[in-house]
Amino acid sequence: MKILVCISNVPDTTTKIRFTEGNTSVDTSGIQWVINPWDELSLTRALELRDDPSSGVKSVTVIHSGPASAEPVIRKALAIGADDAVRIDSPSGDAYSVAAGIAEVVRKEQYDIILCGVESSDYNGSMVGGMIAEFLEIPSVSGISELKAEGGNVTITRETDGGKEIVSVPLPFTGIVQKGIAKEPRIAAMRGIMMARSKQIRVYEPGPEEALTGIEVFEKPPARGACKFIDPDNPEQLIDLLQNEAKVI
Amino acid sequence: MEIKKNLKSGEFLVADTDAADVFIPEEFNEEQLMIAQSCRDFLAMEVSPQMAELEKGNRELMKSILKKSGELGLMGVSIPEEFGGFGQSFVTQMLVAEASGAGYSFSVAFMAHCGIGTLPILYYGNREQREKYVPKLASGELIGSYCLTEPGAGSDANAGKTSATLSEDGKYYILNGQKMWITNAGFADIQIVFAKIDNDRVLSAFIVESSYPGVVIGPDEQKMGIKGSSTCQIYYNDVKVPVENLLGKRGEGFRIALNILHMGRIKLGANVLGSAKKAIEDSVRYANERKQFGVLISSFGAIKHKLAEQVIRLFTCESAVYRVSRDIDDLTDTLLADCGDTGRASIEAIGHYAVEAAILKVAGSEMLDYVSDEAVQIYGGMGYSAETDVERSYRDSRINRIFEGTNEINRLLVSDTAMKRAMKGDFDLFGKAAGLYAGLDNLLETMAEGDDYYGEKSTYTGNFKKAILICIHGAVERYGRTLVHQQEVLNNIADMIIETYLSESLRLRVQKLESLKSDLTVYRDILDVNIYDAASRIRKSAHDAIYAFAEEGQAENLVRAADTLTAVRGVNVKSARRRIADKLIEDNAYKF
Repeated sequence: MKILVCISNVPDTTTKIRFTEGNTSVDTSGIQWVINPWDELSLTRALELRDDPSSGVKSVTVIHSGPASAEPVIRKALAIGADDAVRIDSPSGDAYSVAAGIAEVVRKEQYDIILCGVESSDYNGSMVGGMIAEFLEIPSVSGISELKAEGGNVTITRETDGGKEIVSVPLPFTGIVQKGIAKEPRIAAMRGIMMARSKQIRVYEPGPEEALTGIEVFEKPPARGACKFIDPDNPEQLIDLLQNEAKVI
Repeated sequence: MEIKKNLKSGEFLVADTDAADVFIPEEFNEEQLMIAQSCRDFLAMEVSPQMAELEKGNRELMKSILKKSGELGLMGVSIPEEFGGFGQSFVTQMLVAEASGAGYSFSVAFMAHCGIGTLPILYYGNREQREKYVPKLASGELIGSYCLTEPGAGSDANAGKTSATLSEDGKYYILNGQKMWITNAGFADIQIVFAKIDNDRVLSAFIVESSYPGVVIGPDEQKMGIKGSSTCQIYYNDVKVPVENLLGKRGEGFRIALNILHMGRIKLGANVLGSAKKAIEDSVRYANERKQFGVLISSFGAIKHKLAEQVIRLFTCESAVYRVSRDIDDLTDTLLADCGDTGRASIEAIGHYAVEAAILKVAGSEMLDYVSDEAVQIYGGMGYSAETDVERSYRDSRINRIFEGTNEINRLLVSDTAMKRAMKGDFDLFGKAAGLYAGLDNLLETMAEGDDYYGEKSTYTGNFKKAILICIHGAVERYGRTLVHQQEVLNNIADMIIETYLSESLRLRVQKLESLKSDLTVYRDILDVNIYDAASRIRKSAHDAIYAFAEEGQAENLVRAADTLTAVRGVNVKSARRRIADKLIEDNAYKF
């Protein structure tokens, strides 16, 4: 079995997001880019399976859609243990164009399991995994909290509202992964970092589809106002504020 | 002043450096950044969650975490590939030392193992010794320690009484004696032990396995800080050490000890950067959460002053740390081409930069003390609670001014070594100093500021150097060979040298940043405040030295010269510090 792990590069969680160009673009200066946490957990589980001879998983490839400036994040994935990598040389697009590009690579390179994080921690779109499955006309399983493979057969545990379900799925399929699939991400070991130098990153032309959506404008949530304290003996004031100031009742 | 490349140790006192020739932290490559990130990830995932248990003195836990860091390869960063390591540059080694610095007592255990516990064998061992021990130390299979200090031999290391007597059959040295303050002693497998063979006046070094009969490890010391690290006394009772475990040549121990201490000092300079960054981040995050009088305390000018000063001192030290690191890499490459032995080339290069090593040790340890002290102050009452990391940082920081040679010894080393290297002919210090001294009147008349921002700053640091040379000349002229007994004056000169090296390194870094960053406002602010403050500190040190050594009637002229040479343009330091603090507060993290 061959696993393909889709990775996004996202600003690290301590980043203060700023916008430029009339709030239509994210100011990327000074941002430290990291692998999207859900993708990193997918990669960790994929590597665990590859390292277990009984799983039947032979290789783990990572794929990223974006410009060459994202390659440090790809090499980090290689340092963590991925066997090789693909970069679709595309300016950042929307979920539709990214999924189309990845699907095109899967058609050419033939993967059995395509893993995506449930969302990326920057745009939180939660769409790419499902769209890849749609483009390829293969099954898609979401909410995966456990992924087992033995002798080429896959068993999946899904988180459902208030419970779990265990499902089987034919190959190939797209798996949309949430936290729980792996305990914690792997740390890139020195040997892995050294070996990442010599691992291949295959670069593909942009996918066949243009983006369907574009950003009109970014807005930050309004700053939180000061907290108002109301005397518990004065419910009229509370009602007045809720009606006339907050306008919620 | 002449601009030169590849300056010798201490030569910066009489020569300038081109900004293009220095290495700055903003130039780390992708691989170096990835290695540092792995260190930080390791601390976050394996060390921080266990810190409370480590602080209780759980030695097995510490050993197991050390071994995990070995499995990850972090212990092999300084080790050549032929001995199971990853053969990284000295700059990368220093970056790892920095990244591990946020690990409190783990960092002490890790650094002791990777540095003084392992590298003596790599640097001075023969082929068999290296092959036998170094790969296992690099992987964490064995843990190392370094046993120099004795009850009667601390700063005066050569006064050690531990003895080694050759057995009658000539197969062993019989070791007897006692060592103390030995980091990792409670679980180390290997000890680098210094002892005198027979009636030698000088030390020799030995590789001792803790399992040898007669090695007795005392209980752990109860310490003020770094409580998670194991520190014990070790007793040697007729320990039979195979003769093949003599490290280096007989009588070479003191040289080994000194060079290893140079290495330890310089890495301490990097290590404290990581500790300080953690304390600064703790400080700003607390200041951004804590409200008093209805507003966040980070909005107060008094708190901004503290936050900015923490940043200024850290950033300045960091500039010097990586400047020297690249100098050591360059010299290592040159020496390697001559001798073909990576270990020997590395330690010779490190030992060469003894002046800078002592500078970094003093400046770094005192920077961290300042930063952690102010971190506690920003936390207020909460900072006094043992629940907070800043309280631990404050206690853990203190040892850095004591171990790897006290700061008092290191201050003496700064001035003494610089003068000795000049006497040896490495650079012309005394001729230039005499020239300046003889032309004091001309000096006062020809003072000129540079014609641009960096030119002006360069003039200032050049003038600081002139002030140092004048003090050195005056002190040498007055005291001659007895200057060694005037430790106060030597310390004044050392303080001037330390300030100047730091300010110059900072200036070179900011100047080089011109081509790497678009907005340098806060970096220029850091440089402005540093130069402004350093000038007054240097002036004070110069005054103290001059009034100590100057003859009647001579002091006034010299003090005037010192005043002129430390005169700098006024700076609105309040506004500059506020801008620096505002960036820290806005980022809510150290992102300079």
